Amino acid sequence: MSLKKIHDNQPDKFEFTKANLELADKILKKYPSDQKKSAVMPLLYLAQNQNENWIPLAAMKYIGKFLSMPYINVYEIATFYSMYNLAPVGKYFIQVCTTSPCALRGANKLVDICKEKISKNQNELSQNKLCSWTEVECLGACINAPMMQVNEDYYEDLDETNTKKILNSFLEDNPLKPGSYRNRKNSSPEKNQILTNGHKNA
Amino acid sequence: MLKEENKIFKNLYNEQGWELENALKRDDWLDTKKIIEKGRDWIINEIKASELRGRGGAGFSTGLKWSFAPKKVGSRPHYLVINADESEPGTCKDRDILRFEPQKLIEGCLIASYAVNAKVCYVYIRGEYLNEGKRLQEAIDEAYSKNLIGKNACNSGWDLDIYIHYGAGAYICGEETALLESLEGNRGQPRLKPPFPALVGLYGCPTIVNNVETIAVVPTILRRGAKWFASMGRPKNTGTKIFYISGNVNTPCNVEEEMGIPLKELIEKHGGGVIGGWKNLQAVIPGGSSMPMVPKDICETLKMDFDSLVEVKSGLGTAGVVVINKDEDIIKCMARIARFYKHESCGQCTPCREGAGWMWRILERTAKGEATHKDINLLSDVTKQIEGHTICAFGEGSAWPVQGLLRHFRKEIDNRCFSEPIVKKKRKIPYLIDQHKLESKDA
Repeated sequence: MSLKKIHDNQPDKFEFTKANLELADKILKKYPSDQKKSAVMPLLYLAQNQNENWIPLAAMKYIGKFLSMPYINVYEIATFYSMYNLAPVGKYFIQVCTTSPCALRGANKLVDICKEKISKNQNELSQNKLCSWTEVECLGACINAPMMQVNEDYYEDLDETNTKKILNSFLEDNPLKPGSYRNRKNSSPEKNQILTNGHKNA
Repeated sequence: MLKEENKIFKNLYNEQGWELENALKRDDWLDTKKIIEKGRDWIINEIKASELRGRGGAGFSTGLKWSFAPKKVGSRPHYLVINADESEPGTCKDRDILRFEPQKLIEGCLIASYAVNAKVCYVYIRGEYLNEGKRLQEAIDEAYSKNLIGKNACNSGWDLDIYIHYGAGAYICGEETALLESLEGNRGQPRLKPPFPALVGLYGCPTIVNNVETIAVVPTILRRGAKWFASMGRPKNTGTKIFYISGNVNTPCNVEEEMGIPLKELIEKHGGGVIGGWKNLQAVIPGGSSMPMVPKDICETLKMDFDSLVEVKSGLGTAGVVVINKDEDIIKCMARIARFYKHESCGQCTPCREGAGWMWRILERTAKGEATHKDINLLSDVTKQIEGHTICAFGEGSAWPVQGLLRHFRKEIDNRCFSEPIVKKKRKIPYLIDQHKLESKDA
């Protein structure tokens, strides 16, 4: 259960664009016709994508009407799940995994770099308003720890230098490619890599 | 060590390509029609005979689970739901199956759906795995275009539709009933069992929920026979399993191995050894963060299967091995895990919601050296009050690792308690004590 703050400046109106309306119809077809409610999660995600990566209250009301379900139920769901942003985030939303397996490989250093490069506190926009960052729980790429997710993509096998490089590339609005930063093939073991005592990735 | 020919997931690192044409070369979709023609009972019995146990953590017999589904479809349709909400710290196998072996999963879906009479299958993927979900969708589309699924799938006369549903970052949705709630468009809060999902599940209909890996190994088992699968490992702990070694090892990796492989071999051979050598090992979390850690002396001889791990008061769980060496502060590490559980508790049952926070705060205090000896007893007490008093297994999942720490590292913890008790003298402060105690003198 995560605490979430609703943004102060809410837009008055929200409507799906034409393209998203078509997508919404497609999504509704996945579920039995009397179970429209099931589509609430994908639709919230759609709304989030349409509205610069955050969900305004107006969108929740709109989705409530769209699926003929009470607004409070939509609100409940939007606040329960941690991936719905209820306040604006940067164009590049950086999520650093800090759960134990990543922490063991030095994820805390990634957090320090984020603090230094982007903003002092989590969920604050950087000075040029492009990036924001947050700590998250396990992202399910423990083999490639430490790692971070930027919007949809995973940046894996990081260390201090390439984290700085990656963050700089976002701040300059010219993102680097996602994937492993040790040129490793997915989750395969690396050959001939013996780290000496005390040396970690990051 | 597992022979190459016995490996089920031959494309775990994507060396051969994930596309349908490459998957066909790896014998996916070979004679699926024949398997289905052998009938439901044969499939279920074969899976029972293979002694395949669920790969999602609980290790329940898959064949048995399938046999719980009603034999005939009544007024309510049946559903098959695949649990790809992989969020357990230390676990990352489903991601690779979704990315690189999607056809195995889809074929498994078809066979399992047929076995449990389901015509619709939902795959619940965690929201963060958006790219992996897109990959699976591509694979599903490919399978549709070749008529491997859809109407009259594989010419077997069975119809199957597979849909993907994304979660949105809630660990608890990996619990099967919470997953169903989430799929129905509610908050992911687990339901009371019984009734079990096999009878009353998604939309109140009979539903079988299985993990990705469980379903993905089914086609290979049926093709090569239950005997082949059961010949690996030992009775009740058969077959192969994807292990993933993370934490303080030289080469963290995913690897498919035989059940019951010694932990030491797993770490030394595949993980490239502990950073700083085997001597530097402190403890291992053997099955994802919910399972109690085991200290070095047990690790020497430990075998990785369900029953061996239960004997040392731990569990195989998802088989995510997290190695912690002596350079790490074990209490800090545990405090971080406790924070994870505090963050992810769904808030439905009080013992878990409040207790997870208590455990985290006490451990955090201990890590800083600000705890008292009394705190540690309190911590032990809190864990016991959580386990068994919650609707789902999350309570146990959060309490067991702390109990494991207390069981094996009590000395380290006690040495860390520098603080004197905060309240030295018992003072009479009426509004701070229980009213019924006011009568006694030392209240």
